[in-house]
Order: sequence, then structure tokens, then C-alpha cells
Amino acid sequence: MVPSEAGAVAAPRRGLSWRDLGGAIRLESLVVLVLLCLALSLLSPYFLSVANALNILLATSVIGILGFASTFVIASAGIDLSLGSVLGFGGVVGALAVNVLGLPWPFGIVLGLAAGAFCGLINGLLVALAGIPAFIVTLGMLGVARGAALVLTGGQPIYGLPAPLVWLGQGRPFGVPVPAILFLALAAVTHFLLSRTRFGKYALVIGDNENAARATGIHVARLRIGLYTLSGLLAGLAGLLFAARVNSGDPTAGISYELTAITAAILGGSNLFGGRASVVGTLIGALIMGVLQNGLNLLAVSSFYQQMAIGSVLVLAVWLDQWNRSRGRA
Amino acid sequence: MTPLLELVDVRKKFGAVEALRGVSFALAPGEVLALLGDNGAGKSTLMKTITGIHRASAGRILFAGADLASHDPGQIRALGVEMIYQDLALARQQDVASNIFLGREPTRRFLGLPLHVIDRARIEREAEAMIRRLGARVPSVRYRVGDLSGGQQQSVAIARALTFAPKLVIMDEPTAALAVREVEHVLELVRELKRQGIAVILISHRLTDVFAVCDRAIVLRQGRTVADERVAETSMNTIVAHIVGAG
Repeated sequence: MVPSEAGAVAAPRRGLSWRDLGGAIRLESLVVLVLLCLALSLLSPYFLSVANALNILLATSVIGILGFASTFVIASAGIDLSLGSVLGFGGVVGALAVNVLGLPWPFGIVLGLAAGAFCGLINGLLVALAGIPAFIVTLGMLGVARGAALVLTGGQPIYGLPAPLVWLGQGRPFGVPVPAILFLALAAVTHFLLSRTRFGKYALVIGDNENAARATGIHVARLRIGLYTLSGLLAGLAGLLFAARVNSGDPTAGISYELTAITAAILGGSNLFGGRASVVGTLIGALIMGVLQNGLNLLAVSSFYQQMAIGSVLVLAVWLDQWNRSRGRA
Repeated sequence: MTPLLELVDVRKKFGAVEALRGVSFALAPGEVLALLGDNGAGKSTLMKTITGIHRASAGRILFAGADLASHDPGQIRALGVEMIYQDLALARQQDVASNIFLGREPTRRFLGLPLHVIDRARIEREAEAMIRRLGARVPSVRYRVGDLSGGQQQSVAIARALTFAPKLVIMDEPTAALAVREVEHVLELVRELKRQGIAVILISHRLTDVFAVCDRAIVLRQGRTVADERVAETSMNTIVAHIVGAG
């Protein structure tokens, strides 16, 4: 073929990133997590123990799973503000199925997941086919799903779930909480999906340059519908876990969790404007918040300060990232 | 010789606006065709209708015997039609190898399971080979495209168009943003494609480029073909007259 001397060979410096874990992991996040753990180990004699580590994983699991959901949507330059409400709706539907309809417990799981996926599907159809901005569609679903959960339950929690469901939230095989196991297993599965498959690659590409995706034959609308459905499905699962942990379907469960989930993704290095996202990054981001919360609890710091700390860490992390990237480009 | 591409009375409406009002022409294999016209004449719309981004409102587009009306952009690429867009249509946060294989990633089974993962090693290997064949000076296929210079980015877009043995390559203003030396490389590339029997449609405002490499020139005005001439038998003045509507 033809030699083309297109441009000088300028070796651009890469920003700090950990390529082999799927790229897009902000190394700073990991550093922050490690430093945070070190500092808390020194400050509190109770921090560094297996039992406390499991506590952190348990406390982070529901938010973390929502974080994975938001990672996929953010990868595609979308946003899912309905995660918290869909969590509540999924939990309520699962609880109603077993508690009011008297169905066997597996139906509770299936219907809870289906309820979440259904909300996500509606989001996806409206975003992809009707062309309504994701912010608006999912903001609408935030209201609709929450309202539906309240209507179905008359605003009252549905107490008492069958033992196998409760086990999902409270069981401890070999001393490890079931939600923690599911959390880490889901991290592995969704990381695989985002970093190794065409589905994940195309999610990132439509977030990066939708026209390029369309021009190269990627089915943008179909993919978007899939992404929002996946997001809803994971929110439904988080809802079931939440319900199992508190042994009730609470229609007010998960209020404003979507913002915490998005925070986890951004802390983990995902680009809010699409094209760059990593599930392992989100896992780290969620753990930063979990560790911070746990540590400040151990140090008996008021939860009001915890919110301030998490907000500050978020802004600091993104600022560090931007600084690092602009330095890399210069 | 049967034409490679044949357009018959292609029309395209956007609401009440008629962007294409009946375009017909045929293109032979290995032929280099210039598509000319003023801004808004319908050049880009026409090309996007061929590549399947837009769907024609009326008329027929035949490519190698297939009616493209029933195909989506991915299927049209699979038939052998590639387009190099003016904005290059690259995913800037993805690396060079991923961009070259965009939409066509080879997959392999994961651990023998019915799970298909992207064959990253193969993509990097073949992207590397393609970049080397093009002689493009891209330091590594692992670099993010957004970190490359404009010329290097164009090399990536060209590599993407040529990697899968196309029969027709459409180039939208490939030289508009380039320095003089780089322009010559693009023109040499067009000649090389012609030698390999690959047809080219070149959209350009630079008539010197057109006269340097094209066999034929078609002029669009207000969505209609107003001229279809062999480059060897016409002059720049005639073409300009067609473009501005004084012909």
C-alpha cells in the first residue's frame, strides 16, 4: 500500500490508568482507597479485621450493585436516575409475590427481577426510540416507579419473607454475608461483560461517538434498550437484596440511592459524558465510600460529616483526574 | 461491463425539504468518480443514503446486484462499501486497534464456553499489520485515538476502510484538513486503490485533486445531477460553471 506520512510521531503520554484491568481505571482511586484503609488502620484498632472488612462489603453491596448498573449507562453517555426507585419497586414486587399472592419464593425473585427489567425496558424504549433525553425519561421513571411501589403497598412495608429469601440478605455461609458474595460475583460478571464483549465495547463506543457507532454498523437503538434494561434488572436485584436484608418490601427503600451509585461510578474513573467506564473502577469507588463511612462510624464521627466527606472526595477525585489528563496532553 | 454501483432516480426528503430530487448514475468497478457540488447540493446526503445512514425516500440503489434499500449500515459495509467521513467517525477514547475493527470485532469462545469475547490479540495483530502496510506513522495500535495528531487520526480512518477488502471506498473531503504533503499521500492512495480494482467516490472542493486522480466527475445542484463528464474530456472552467449553475 501507500506510505502516508501522516503527522509527526509525537509520543503522547498516557494518563495514569491500569490498562490490563479493562482500562479506564483511575489509579488515583485505588491509591485513595489504600491510603484511606492505611489511615483508618492507624486511627482505629477495630478497622483492620476480617469481620470489619465483611461488614464493609455487606454495607456496600446494594449501592455497589446499583453502581455497576449506572456504569453501563454512563459508559453510553446516558444516565439512569430511576435506580433508587426501581430498587424500591423491585423489592416491593418480590415481597408482594410471595407474601400477598402466596407464590413460592423463586417467583418472588423472578418477578422482582422482571419488575426491575421492565422499568429499565420502558426507559430504554423511550430513550432509544422516542428520542427523549435519558435525564428526563429516567427522572420520570424515578417518580413513576416510586409511586407504583407506594400504590401497590398502600405506602406500608410488607413484613415477613420466606426463609430462603431472607437467607439471601442475612445468610452467612462460612461467615461471609450472602450479599457480599453476590456483590463480588456480580462485579466479576459485569466487568467481564463491559470489558470483554461486543455489548460492553459498543456501550463505550456509542458514549464516545454515536455517529461513529452508527456509521460502522452498530445498532445504536437496540444497544441502548439493552443497556437500560440491564440497568433496571440490576436495580431489581439490588431491591430484592435490600428487602431480604430487612425482611420486608419497603416502598420507600433506596430513596436517592441513584446519586450515590453515580458517585461510585465517577469516583471509580468513569466519564460522566460517556466513552470511558470500568466496573472494577466502580467497585473501588463504592468501596471508597463504604470504607469512609465505616471508618468514620468507628471513629464516632457524626454521619452529617460523612456526607460532607464523600462529597468532597468526589470533587477531589474528578479534579485530580482532569489535572492528570491535561498534564498528559500537554 | 455491469456496473458495481447503480443509482436510479434516488430521492430523499427530510420533512418538507427535498434534499435529493432524482439522482441517477452508474459506477464501474475500479472507477474513480468525483462528486462535486456547492455546499447544500446534497453530496453528503447522497453518500449517507448509499451507506445506509439515511434511507432513500424513493428510487433504487443497486450494489453488486443487491438492492441496498433493505440493508442497514452494517450489512452495507459487509457487502464491501466503506466510507471515510469528513469528521473521520472515530471513537476518540478507544485505541487505534479498536477503531480499525469498530463494528467488526472478531470474537472467540471464552474458556470453551458459549460465551463470545472480543479476540483482542487478533485485533491488535491485524491492526498492526494494516498500519504497517499503509506505512502510517502511528506509534502503537494501543494508543488512544484522541491522543494522536490529525494526520494520524486520518490514517486510522483510512486503515479502517481498507482492512476488510472493500469494493467501493467513499471519501468525504479527505484532503480538506491536510497539509500539502499529506494531500499528495491521500491522492497516491486513491491511485493505488484504482490499481487494485477498488472503486472510489471522492467528494472534494479541490478541483486540482479531482483532475489529478478522477476518471469521471458528477456535479450535483439542488439535489439533481446536472453534469456527468469524463475528466479527460472537460475543463475546470466547465466544471466550475456546472457547480455554480452558469453552465
